[in-house]
Amino acid sequence: MGGMSLEQVTETYYDVLKELGNIGAGNAMTALSQMLQCKVDMKVPQVKLLEFSEVGEMMGGEELIMVGVFLGVEGDITGSMMFMVEEHTARHLIQKITMGMLPEGNEFEEMGLSAMKEVGNIITGAYLNSLSTLTNLKIFPTPPALTVDMAGAILSVPAIQFGIFGDKILLIQSQFHDEIQLDGYFILIPDMESYAKILTSLGLPVV
Amino acid sequence: MSEIIKVGMADLKTCVSPDGVTTLGLGSCVGIAIRDPQTKIGGLAHIMLPDSTAMRNGQANIAKFADTGIVELVRQMEKLGAMRKRMVAKIAGGATMFPFQGQGNVNVGQVGDRNVEATKAKLKELNIPIIAQDTGANYGRTVIFYPETGDYLIRAVGRSETII
Repeated sequence: MGGMSLEQVTETYYDVLKELGNIGAGNAMTALSQMLQCKVDMKVPQVKLLEFSEVGEMMGGEELIMVGVFLGVEGDITGSMMFMVEEHTARHLIQKITMGMLPEGNEFEEMGLSAMKEVGNIITGAYLNSLSTLTNLKIFPTPPALTVDMAGAILSVPAIQFGIFGDKILLIQSQFHDEIQLDGYFILIPDMESYAKILTSLGLPVV
Repeated sequence: MSEIIKVGMADLKTCVSPDGVTTLGLGSCVGIAIRDPQTKIGGLAHIMLPDSTAMRNGQANIAKFADTGIVELVRQMEKLGAMRKRMVAKIAGGATMFPFQGQGNVNVGQVGDRNVEATKAKLKELNIPIIAQDTGANYGRTVIFYPETGDYLIRAVGRSETII
């Protein structure tokens, strides 16, 4: 325990998050499929550990317009979680959820955004549920907040939280498709104290 | 031909006119542009967090913090021939992207504001005046800084481009 360096600690941390992320993303897609009442195919999620400077480019550029749904995590662990989708993916999801009630191009009106918030809520809820089941910890999401803005600006929120203990950000890229190809990203950010709880609950040593 | 040099998140770069520096999609982070009007040497720091001393671990990336990032930017500009006493600054960013940002132990809800405050405090300590700013609110900003004129161009989604 005493001989472990910060780097190793961080590596263990990311490995754990990676595994949890994989399982969580799978559950989230099942929930999405039920919500849309159609088959949603998902590729194996890509778990990526990136430098801050690489994240925006990976998503298609810092200025790419995206929708971010952000919520707090409470209960036995604390922290926050973000779900991000590209603009066209968000518009498509909103159209499906509202069953074509919104004229094309008007997806980001109040009603559309509120529908998108609900999609984010259900997807992240399913994600957190699987985390809760795996760790046997009580995890409750707080009501989500949503914004439509540049990828870099949205990402600054989780990046800052990761920045408190490192120089990298861990995100899970999930590619799924119903009629069209959709890209979504999950970012789970437990507080440092909660990290110890997650490790302990999974039977891993806490450094 | 002049070049626009890109600055990433938690990164800083210097340039000499006619070149410029840019950073894309600033959210709660702050983009600090500094210029020596005589030599037309400029620089841009994209900081994420207010204070390196509040961190529990030793942190290697000094460009990440307002306190260490600004000092390093000034040092690099001086190395190129800029003079501290002539330097002026313009700042942008520090938005609150969501009405709440994080719950529980690490409440970073006000991190945008705190980044702006820490930036102002450090610049004041270094006697570098802030001659323009566009900070706060709830939207992201892309910035481009031209040391030739000192123009700090700001772009945001659904808003007209401004120069401060």
